[in-house]
Amino acid sequence: MITSKNLHFSYSSQKHFTFPDISCDDNETLLILGQSGKGKTTLLHLLALLLKPTSGEIHIANKKASGISSSEATNVRAQNIGIIYQRAHFASSLSVMENILLPNYFAGQKQDRDKASFLASELGFAEHLEKKTNQLSQGEQQRVSIARALMNNPNVILADEPTSSLDDDNCGKVIDLLKKQSAQIGASLVVVTHDQRLKDEFTNSVFL
Amino acid sequence: MNLFKISIANLKEKKLNSFLSALLLTLGIGMISLLLLLNKQLDEQFRRNIRGIDMVVGAKGSPLQIILSSIYQIDAPTGNIPLSEVNTLKRNPFVKTVIPLSMGDNYNGFRIVGTNESYSEHFEAKVSSGKMFNSTMEVTIGSKVALSGTLKIGSTFASAHGLDAGGDVHGDKKYKVVGIFEPTGSVVDQLILTSLSSVWDIHEHAEGEAHHEEHEESVEHHEDEKQVTSALIRFRNPMGLIALPRQINENTSMQAALPSIEINRLFSLLGVGIETLRALALIIIVIAGASVFISLYNSLKERKYEIALMLSMGATRTRLFLMLLLEGLMLSVIGYLAGVVLSRIGLLAFSRAAEKDFHYSLKEFSLLPEEIYLFAAALLLGILAAALPSLGIYKLNISRTLAEE
Repeated sequence: MITSKNLHFSYSSQKHFTFPDISCDDNETLLILGQSGKGKTTLLHLLALLLKPTSGEIHIANKKASGISSSEATNVRAQNIGIIYQRAHFASSLSVMENILLPNYFAGQKQDRDKASFLASELGFAEHLEKKTNQLSQGEQQRVSIARALMNNPNVILADEPTSSLDDDNCGKVIDLLKKQSAQIGASLVVVTHDQRLKDEFTNSVFL
Repeated sequence: MNLFKISIANLKEKKLNSFLSALLLTLGIGMISLLLLLNKQLDEQFRRNIRGIDMVVGAKGSPLQIILSSIYQIDAPTGNIPLSEVNTLKRNPFVKTVIPLSMGDNYNGFRIVGTNESYSEHFEAKVSSGKMFNSTMEVTIGSKVALSGTLKIGSTFASAHGLDAGGDVHGDKKYKVVGIFEPTGSVVDQLILTSLSSVWDIHEHAEGEAHHEEHEESVEHHEDEKQVTSALIRFRNPMGLIALPRQINENTSMQAALPSIEINRLFSLLGVGIETLRALALIIIVIAGASVFISLYNSLKERKYEIALMLSMGATRTRLFLMLLLEGLMLSVIGYLAGVVLSRIGLLAFSRAAEKDFHYSLKEFSLLPEEIYLFAAALLLGILAAALPSLGIYKLNISRTLAEE
C-alpha cells in the first residue's frame, strides 16, 4: 500500500511541483497520466524515495516513509519497492539471471534462483537467462526488468513509462504481465505514463 | 552473486583495459623484482668469493681485471709474474697466507687453475669422491664441471689453450681426473684444479718446443724463472692493508689489487645502470597506476546509470565503492603475481646466459622480503588508483542520473 499527502517538490525557486494526493491499496492498481514536463518522473522518484519532498507525507506499507534518513530510505526501497524504468537498464557485465538476482543480494535476502527461473518462464524469457542483457530485444528487456522488480516480493511496484518504448503488441503483453504479477504477490502497482494506450487498462487513474 | 563476482564480471567486460593495466603493472613489478633478485644474488656471489682474500697480486695492469680474473675467473689475466717475487711476499711479516694461481688453459670452457691445496682449503671445498690432486697432471674438478657430464674420476683429457672453449689443444699431455669437490657455492665449483707443476709442465713443454727451434738458449732461461699468473693474499692484521699494496706497486714488477675496493668500484659502475632501470620501472608502475585510474574513471562514467540503478535497488554507496575498489585491488594482485613470475623467468634467462658465459648460476627463486613490501606498494597503488575515481559514487545524484539516462 502506498499513499501520499500534500506532496510538494521544487528543483529551484522557479520550478515548483504540487502533486495531487494519491492512494493505492494492496492488490490495487493506479495509473498516473500526464504530459511530459508535468513532473511524472519527479513524482515517481518521490514515491520511490529517490528524492526527498519539500513538504508532504508518504506512507509505504502503513509506515511513514517521508522524513526518514537516507540509509533508512535505502532499506525501505530494498525491502518494499520494485521499480521499472522507461527503458530497461542493467548491469551490462552480468547475465540476465545475475541481474535478476541483484535485488536479492542488495536487500540482503537469499538469492532465489528457483524464483528467478519461475518468473523467467512466467514472463517468457526462460531461454535467455544465461545471456547478457544487451543480447535481448527491448520487449524482452522490459520483461526482465519486471522480473527483477518482483524478486523481493515488494509491497509497491512503481513503473515509469514501462510501455513507451514498446510497440502495441509488446505494450499489451507487458501491461498484462505487470498487472498479473503484482496481483499474484498482492502488491500495489503504480504506473506513471503519458501513454494513452494504457488509459483503458486501469480503473483508477490520476491526472497530473 | 556478490561484490567479488560483480567486480570480476566488470573486469572481464573491459578486457582490453584490464589487460593493459595489469600488463603495465606486471612489467613494472617484474622489472623491480628482477633488479632486486639480481642485485642480491650478484652481491652474494661476489661477496662470497672475496671472503678472506685481502689482496691479490698480479702482473701490472688494471686492478679490476686482476680481481675479476683471479678471484671470479671471468676476465683474462693481466699477464704473468715471477714465482720468486711471490715467494718473497710469503716472508713478509704482514702476510699470513699466499695462494699462488696459474691460469691459461681450459677444458670445454672450464678453466684449469694450477695452485696448491691451500686454494681449496680457503674456499672450504671438500673432496666428495676420489682424492685431492697430488702429483703432476692430476686434477680435482668442481661440482659443476662434474655435472657437465664429460668428466668422471679416472677420465683423461687434453687441455685447450686460452680461457674459452675452442683454443689450440695441447694434445700430447693429458690430465687425469682423480677427485671431485662437493658443491661449495663458490668459484671452485666451476674450476678444474691441478698443481702448479702441471701447468708449468704443459707450457714449458709446448713453449720449450717452439723455442727449441728458434732460440736454443732461452730454454734454460725458462727453467729457473718459474712464473705464476697471480696470488691471493691474506694479511695477518689490517696494518698490511695500509703498507703492503703501495710497497708492492712501487718496488716490484707486480700490481696489488684490493678486492673490496675493486668490487665496490664495479658495483658503483653497475649502479648507474641499475638506478636507471629502477627509475624506469618506477615510471612504468606510476603509468600502471594512471592506467587503472583512467580505466576505472571512464568505466564509472559509462556505468553511472548502472550505479544509480543499483543504488535504487537498495545497494549502499559504501558497498558499491568497495566493489570498484575491489576491481583496482584485483588488478594489483594480478599484476603483482604476474610480475613476480615474470621476474623469475627473467632471472632464469639471465642465469642461463651467465651460466653459459661465466659458469655462474643465479638460482634463488624464493620470495625476497623486499618483494613483500613491493606487494604492499602494489596494493596501495591499486587502492589509490581505484579510490580516487570511485569517490564519485558518494556524490552521485540517483534521481537525476536515472531521469537523464
